[in-house]
Amino acid sequence: MMRWVFAALLALLALPLAAQDSMPPAPYAYNQLDDPRLEAEASALMHTLRCLKCQSQSIADSDAPMAGDMRHQVRSRILAGESPDQIRGWLIARYGDYVSYEPEVSRTTWPLFAVPVLVILLVAGVLLRRLGKRRSDDDAGAKA
Amino acid sequence: MRKLTLWLPLALFAFFAGLAAYMLTQPKDQFVESTMIGQPLPAFALDPAFDGLPGASKADFTGKPKLLNIWASWCLPCIAEAPQLEALQKQGVEIIGIAIRDKPADVASFLAKHGNPYLRIGSDRISDLQLAIGSSGVPETFVIDSKGVIRHQHIGDIRPEDVPVLLRELEEAR
Repeated sequence: MMRWVFAALLALLALPLAAQDSMPPAPYAYNQLDDPRLEAEASALMHTLRCLKCQSQSIADSDAPMAGDMRHQVRSRILAGESPDQIRGWLIARYGDYVSYEPEVSRTTWPLFAVPVLVILLVAGVLLRRLGKRRSDDDAGAKA
Repeated sequence: MRKLTLWLPLALFAFFAGLAAYMLTQPKDQFVESTMIGQPLPAFALDPAFDGLPGASKADFTGKPKLLNIWASWCLPCIAEAPQLEALQKQGVEIIGIAIRDKPADVASFLAKHGNPYLRIGSDRISDLQLAIGSSGVPETFVIDSKGVIRHQHIGDIRPEDVPVLLRELEEAR
């Protein structure tokens, strides 16, 4: 009985493998660029791009075949002289903000940047009023 | 008034806890939609995916609206959508396939087993075209109009109820 349960569990484990392809990965999926400066640029960018198959990982962290193809895309574009911002922009034009882990100011994301500023202004206002009040209270106390 | 402000933090907490509980019951939308709808297809030219059919390029998307089907022989949902693609083809829809990371022998045996609804199949070995049109998985189906502009994206396998939707989109893309 136990053996059958174990075999069934193993069979479950095998399922995801059936959905994988058997092609060799793209040239730059697992190979670094020769120029260490360019590789550093590519690597920094890859850590801030979302893997579309495994959405809570960056393409630098993911072993999904599609993440490999995206790394190839990033490295070969860096090698061709594109800047990291251009490549990020190219991907955002295709998949929206969601593909980038580095939020940019846009119609939907502006509150993300505006709210902290507003909160700081609010706190500063409250503090100034309270401190100002206390000082005038102190002044009044000293006179009395 | 003072009493009311005292309860405010608790009310806020209850609101966010409630919101979190509600969101937990909602199904997670894991699809990343392409933002290329309304944009022209990028230029591409892909080799034939196997000996039986020609490859695919941007120039093939002229004349009448066509379906661009992103698929792969290693993809299980692609087997599920095969009958629907066949039904579309029988109704005169021209389907151009893009095989993702696939081998010629695997493509041939998939088509022999599950039918061949394609006019042409291009081989996209490194997901080049897939990334260029904002597709994030297999299978996906795009409606391309007669000028080569992407008009509609269907994510996932085509179910029987999706066939009329695609036919309508093709009609509108004329």
